[in-house]
Amino acid sequence: MESAQLVDAVGNLSRRMGRRPKVMITKIGLDGHDRGSRLVAGFFRDAGMEVIYTAPWQEIGHVVNQALEEDVDAIGVSSLATDHLLVPKLMTALRDADMADVVVVVGGIVPDEDEAMLKGVGVSEIFHPGTSREHIVSGITNLISEKWVVGEGDRDD
Amino acid sequence: MTDNTNMDQARQAWAQEYATQVSPKDRRVNRSGIEIDPLYTPEDGATDAYMNSLGFPGQEPRTRGIYASMHRGRVWSQRQLIGLATPQQYNERMHEIVNAGATALSMIPCNSVYRGYDIDEVDSLLLGTCGTTINTVEDMAVCLDGISQAEMSVSLNDPLPFTLLALVLANARRQNVPFTAVSGTSNQSDYISHFVANHMFLRLSLEGSRRVLTDHIIYANRHLPKWNPVSVVGQHMQQAGATPAQAMGFALSTAIQFADDCQAKGMEPDDYLPKFTFFFDISISFFEEIAKFRAGRRMWSRIARDRLGAKDPRSQRFKFHAQTSGVDLTRQHPLNNIARVATQAIAGIFGGLQSMHSDAYDEVLSTPTKEAAKIAVATQNILREEAHLCDVIDPLGGSYYVETLTDQMEGQIQETMDRVAEAGGMFAAVRAGLVQKMIGESAQEFQRKVDSGEQKIVGVNAFIDQEDGLRTTALERPDSKLIDEQLKRFKDYKEARSAVRLNRALDAISRAAGDESENIFGEIVAAAEAGATHGEICARVRRDLGFGQPLIAA
Repeated sequence: MESAQLVDAVGNLSRRMGRRPKVMITKIGLDGHDRGSRLVAGFFRDAGMEVIYTAPWQEIGHVVNQALEEDVDAIGVSSLATDHLLVPKLMTALRDADMADVVVVVGGIVPDEDEAMLKGVGVSEIFHPGTSREHIVSGITNLISEKWVVGEGDRDD
Repeated sequence: MTDNTNMDQARQAWAQEYATQVSPKDRRVNRSGIEIDPLYTPEDGATDAYMNSLGFPGQEPRTRGIYASMHRGRVWSQRQLIGLATPQQYNERMHEIVNAGATALSMIPCNSVYRGYDIDEVDSLLLGTCGTTINTVEDMAVCLDGISQAEMSVSLNDPLPFTLLALVLANARRQNVPFTAVSGTSNQSDYISHFVANHMFLRLSLEGSRRVLTDHIIYANRHLPKWNPVSVVGQHMQQAGATPAQAMGFALSTAIQFADDCQAKGMEPDDYLPKFTFFFDISISFFEEIAKFRAGRRMWSRIARDRLGAKDPRSQRFKFHAQTSGVDLTRQHPLNNIARVATQAIAGIFGGLQSMHSDAYDEVLSTPTKEAAKIAVATQNILREEAHLCDVIDPLGGSYYVETLTDQMEGQIQETMDRVAEAGGMFAAVRAGLVQKMIGESAQEFQRKVDSGEQKIVGVNAFIDQEDGLRTTALERPDSKLIDEQLKRFKDYKEARSAVRLNRALDAISRAAGDESENIFGEIVAAAEAGATHGEICARVRRDLGFGQPLIAA
């Protein structure tokens, strides 16, 4: 898919939602490598999404609060140095905050052995190094789109 | 004259024949934006030009090497990063790597240590997953058990305020090894690169960092003659997306900043410059990397003499460690990374490095496994012993392509340095976000080339093989039982100390923080000797000099 097609796909979703899809890009834990998170934030913004970008080293509670306040549709967690091990705790905290409908994806270095564990706790997708812009943007667009159809009636907005 | 005419004719004939075989639309541009010609030839007046721009190894302007014999006389140090879970496990792995031929040690602490915390301050799930949990002088003693600190040089991944070095010195004191015998490098002393790129290592505010680094250099100058207190890092910025030319330009600008800061404290250039070292990335852009190192070496030789006022030739030596680039490695068919690492390593060797870390092929999948780390060491051994890459000094010197590219890279590096200088020097340029902006733009530009297929990556956007060749070795994770034991040992260590002595030592750090005439690093060493932990020292220095926060913008 070309960049223009990605913009179209996000545009279609925006029309259906009545606003632009909103994605939060964050890093939890201890790692500070942010080349990937910056690039991916740019991918989403270029495609027409609204992006909330946080500093690294976020507390899980803070991520949940901010996601709630900003009413985000998806959270992308970037992890290059084992911080993905904290994602199950993030998923629990989201559920406790009644935000199980938020799409959560993880990007970065995730060993194969941990992929099933993350999927098991509700992570929708894991984007490994080398994943293309198209794959990431269309992947998130589809995931938000699916959730929107399922959850549309339950939401106030 | 006749020769020149003949050369002109030959060149024209070549150009005509070339044009029948290759479209004029075929342009090649490297990552730094320099157009790569298909052919490079010598200019007139070759002798003067040679002496001016290349010279002999060990002589001005050092393009061909900082020593007369380079690798022929002394091979580079093999400095593999080791970091694994607990100090006991570090010690076991270290002995294995030393037995496999490593000639210098490297110490990689756990991410919790990088962030300035003790192991009881973070989620225990993350402990020891990326490096060793070293918090106390006893941890350091366990790590280095069986190695004489007076004989083995230790390279510490030890950001400001240099707590690991303080623990190394406290351990040396316990073992009656004089400080003057302790050798090695403070490998992560470049806070500017942490503020800009590798934020994980950023512990202190920008202004606080400036103070601590200068005091650290002064302390090493007085007490640690075999210690290199400064490693200027171009690696982080290149990994974050800077082009090779930009990364070199930023590193040289940073070195000038650190030198100016030492000068402002009244130090003489020949007191500190001989102990400046550099640390770079080696990407797979093979000739570009070789040219980057040659150009940087020549430029530093001149900067040290003309800009910084060095008289001692040792001050002009561009000593550098380099690491093969993790960014170039692919998750797809990870064994292919062995070929990539070997290619990068050759570029580093031809570039004239003094010390090297070659990456494990599985770094892109997880923290490196033991088998992969051994292959990385073997790669260096093969290149040295089987391929004989050490036999000739600067083997590509005189190559039309390499010499032209070296000059062009110098031009690009200088351009980067000029932009930094116009912004008021490196400290001001990073505080204002200029360097971060330039790196972000370069990262996007490279990504665009990968997206469009202009930059091919085998197995990712070209030559895609659906048959997957994933990892062959099992993932290693720290044993939670060992981590629990370590937490218990840490608790016992803290309880056994004298609180009075500890608090007095921490308060001495605070006093030094408030008084520019005192050396704060001296008090940090004293605190480690008084039993202070890594996290306690970091917390105190952060309280007094400010917590490090990078500029955040996507």
